[in-house]
Amino acid sequence: MPFEATIASFARALTDPKRPAPAATRRRDGRPVERRFAVYRNNVAVALIGSLEARYPVVRRLVGDDFFRGMAGAYVAAEKPRSPMLIHYGAGFAEFVARFPPAAEIAYLADVARLENAWVEAYHAADAGALDLDALAAITPDAFETLRFRPHPAARLLGFAHPAASIWAASQGDGEPRAPEVWSAEDALVTRPDADVLVRVLPPGGFAFAAALFSGASLGEAAALGACDGFDPGAHLVGLVGAGAFQSFR
Amino acid sequence: MTSLKPAAARAAGPLPRRAGVGFKPEHFEAILAGPPAVGFFEVHAETYMGDGGPPHRRLEAIRARYPLSLHGVGLSIGSPRPLDREHLARLRALIRRYQPAQFSEHLAWSSHDEGFLADLLPLPYNEETLAVVRRHIDETQEALGTRMLLENPSTYVQFSDSVIEETEFLAEIAERTGCGLLLDVNNVFVRATNHGFDPFAYLADFPLRHVGEIHLAGYADAVDDQGAPLLIDAHNSPVRAIVWSLYEEAVRRLGPTPTLIEWDNDVPPWPGLLAEARRAETAMTRAAAWGALRHAV
Repeated sequence: MPFEATIASFARALTDPKRPAPAATRRRDGRPVERRFAVYRNNVAVALIGSLEARYPVVRRLVGDDFFRGMAGAYVAAEKPRSPMLIHYGAGFAEFVARFPPAAEIAYLADVARLENAWVEAYHAADAGALDLDALAAITPDAFETLRFRPHPAARLLGFAHPAASIWAASQGDGEPRAPEVWSAEDALVTRPDADVLVRVLPPGGFAFAAALFSGASLGEAAALGACDGFDPGAHLVGLVGAGAFQSFR
Repeated sequence: MTSLKPAAARAAGPLPRRAGVGFKPEHFEAILAGPPAVGFFEVHAETYMGDGGPPHRRLEAIRARYPLSLHGVGLSIGSPRPLDREHLARLRALIRRYQPAQFSEHLAWSSHDEGFLADLLPLPYNEETLAVVRRHIDETQEALGTRMLLENPSTYVQFSDSVIEETEFLAEIAERTGCGLLLDVNNVFVRATNHGFDPFAYLADFPLRHVGEIHLAGYADAVDDQGAPLLIDAHNSPVRAIVWSLYEEAVRRLGPTPTLIEWDNDVPPWPGLLAEARRAETAMTRAAAWGALRHAV
């Protein structure tokens, strides 16, 4: 059999458990090799499920090991990595979780998965110095309106329908995770100004304000977008800069 | 020597003829807190293909103190498909940045239309596949600007159209491309058991003159469809006694050779991993003494 055909049939059998072991690997005496071939299928599943376990530890903790393995196994069967860089594999897991019928009752699960994915992206993002508050102190008040900010490469903004950041925070450490006291939608900012990834819950109005700045709006434009009762753009800006959300401004 | 100066360690040279271990982030603090403990560290190239962040900071710190071996697990050299140029470019960037003592990859494939399959998959050994692998090694060495080492794999099935012995296949690749070989002694034993040949005879046939590094690891036990032993290259446990014996035989013939303890799953605390590396160094010393004795009598 030509090399290309041999490898193509191997890959097909590897990814479709209903297929028998490829013909080229069968024994001359006709005795089965299914358990041997199953080692490869198992290796693929263990490696890919393992990389999802590493990327989504809180989701795993919330649903338990067995449920997670089942859900991750279904994802792995549907989505193979597009490159050998497994550090990027599973970025679309949250969307899969949102559409995974057995997880439908855990409505907040997909939001927690989005937060965990953003955490990993921030962890591997390019290193860059974060804008600090001292740099802002030199700006004259009348120049603030027109300032525009460049997001830090690690910064990620997330709007949730659930208190996903509080659920995530409560699942850190060894203790039994506690449900948030107030069950309301949360928005979060994930940053990594230096070595450590930071997760902050944004105050009301903060998401629209930050999203506008991230997409290139001036401070004046963003302040108008974020406006709600008692909205203080200065306090929001200080919060964002303090968390390392920006690399520079102009 | 009481301390290894970072500047001295940074110069890329051959790996020292000592034992090294796979670098794991959970050991980072212990490694930096102690005196130089192993001859080198090895890392999987793909783990360090992120843009930045803590993984690179740790690897910079390790590289400043120790020689580094870069080991790829995703180039898919043993595939009929063309090599992934973007992946080669990423490898080249890592080599430029970290100046490893050497780069190694596997006689295996891992990517196809379905995507990256996250395992080292087998290929038949015949004239057609030999030509493909030779071309891929040539391309890799040219793209990376360095001589690479090719590792013998663990396998669980065989191909009906495999007509060249693995040792002969590897010898041919090394002679035609100028690449070196990475002798994985655990893979030799796993494959010998799985396919019913004598691992010591395999070693006797192996083109040892091309070996630049040895790998040692633990395997897991299973059984095949006929109830016969089927060993799995699991990297999750200590090196087995029989693999140590095979290793001692290899270093008696080779002399001291850079030797890696590969322990990637259920990784033990740092002292446990270090103990395995020490055992490899003891075996190397013993083998050298044996060689000297053999010459003397």
